[in-house]
Amino acid sequence: MRIDQRFTDKFVKLTLNLQAIFTVGILMIIVFIIFIKGIRHFNLEFLLTFPEDMGRHGGIFPSIVGTILLVLLSLVFATPLGVGTAIFLTEYTKETKLTKIIRFGVESLAGIPSIIYGLFGFIFFVIKLKMGWSLLAGALTLTIMILPTIIRTSEEAIKSVPKNFRMVSYSLGATRWETTTKVVIPSAAPGILTGIMLSVGRAMGETAAVIFTMGSSLRLPTSLFDSGRTMAVHFYILAREGISMEKAYATALVLVLSILCINVLAYYYMHKVMSRYS
Amino acid sequence: MIDCAIRTQNLNLFYGKFHALKDVDFCVYKNKITALIGPSGCGKSTLLRCFNRMNDIYEEVKITGEIKIFDQEINNIDIIELRKRVGMVFQRPNPFPFSVYDNMVYGLRIHGIKLKKSEEEEIVKSCLSSVLLWDDLKDKLHISALELSEEMKQRLCIARLLTIKPEIILLDEPCSALDPIATMRIEELMIELKKDYTILIVTHNMQQAARVSDYTGFMLLGELIEFGETSQIFTSPKEIKTEEYITGRFG
Repeated sequence: MRIDQRFTDKFVKLTLNLQAIFTVGILMIIVFIIFIKGIRHFNLEFLLTFPEDMGRHGGIFPSIVGTILLVLLSLVFATPLGVGTAIFLTEYTKETKLTKIIRFGVESLAGIPSIIYGLFGFIFFVIKLKMGWSLLAGALTLTIMILPTIIRTSEEAIKSVPKNFRMVSYSLGATRWETTTKVVIPSAAPGILTGIMLSVGRAMGETAAVIFTMGSSLRLPTSLFDSGRTMAVHFYILAREGISMEKAYATALVLVLSILCINVLAYYYMHKVMSRYS
Repeated sequence: MIDCAIRTQNLNLFYGKFHALKDVDFCVYKNKITALIGPSGCGKSTLLRCFNRMNDIYEEVKITGEIKIFDQEINNIDIIELRKRVGMVFQRPNPFPFSVYDNMVYGLRIHGIKLKKSEEEEIVKSCLSSVLLWDDLKDKLHISALELSEEMKQRLCIARLLTIKPEIILLDEPCSALDPIATMRIEELMIELKKDYTILIVTHNMQQAARVSDYTGFMLLGELIEFGETSQIFTSPKEIKTEEYITGRFG
């Protein structure tokens, strides 16, 4: 009996370790392959020049700019909306039917495949609102897509702010709004920021929703109504149409490295916050 | 007759159907320390929270009777103004997760008190000095308040309160999270502060009430059983229940 138990323990431990190694291993392999295949074309020139001949030669400068603009613009829309919703759900209402419906809506929104967002964005923003394939249409579509992440992480961050901070703020004569803006949000800011950074990663890597709404023009977008091509879309087109696998991998490398950096930053930040409250 | 800073008459409080305070007639004298003692759940913290209307936060609280703050009916005072005049220190030290300095100016900020930088710094200095923290913290105003020791945090919370110049300070078991030496020092601070402020303290520690307070009220199951000078309560209580409690027969 005892030997059995010890064996089970060891077996479980070993299996769990293997599972963890497997997960990290897959990530390492992906990054490694992309690195090996992409590094040859990856240099400063690649980052700073325009593509030539559909991307067969030259760099990806417009795609980098397009990606940054798209992501920033999405955040400009999604952050106030998402954080606002989270504040409403946590600080300004009690659990009612309405909040349950809102939460259910948010959860459902999170589960929708991104291509559906793309189709919706295409029909609604591009066609119906006559925005055309544009930065704006892309950003609005991504806004809807990343909203659930921002709402949920913000909600968790706000909920984790100890109740006594609110109590002491009220006891000093602060209103609910002052308490929310001056105590709760600053205390929750690192957590909220983590959610935003994770959304950034998601938005940067998105293709399906973007290709339908922002299009894939290789020119440098200079206005909200310009089309553009993000790095993810660029990679997709280069690989799909067999234009240049080398350039595709180099683009992927830039993309993966950026997302990795953002995730590492997010986790580093989260870790710092956790240690602050303990 | 000495002035009452807080006076209640026929004060009743219900949490839903639970009758938490029963016909409390109570007076907190100006510039004195008044202690409320009694076993857990007797309503002493609830009574304390009536005086800055912190009970309003809870749903289903119903209060009847009269509470007067310096002869002014409590419900006629704007709640923000009331909480500025009647400050509160909580059981667990609860500085905000900001720097010491930002904790100190929070009250000024929310009350829209516009000051020059130098005046603001002067207030921070004088309030930290009144809680005997200035010498320790004058070079550390920008460290996080969460890095301080528990005792220093509690002092900081008191100092943070002093910045908005309250008239009455409510302390809800302020030493229960502190070690005996820190407790002793906070008690000394309270005695120091009563020159300028009226203090009402809830404590489960009878020795503490005996040491610091001028007046003591003994509560049991929502009733104020006995109220009087501390020396009288502890040496010759009039009520049998008070005597039983302070001699440790229950509670």
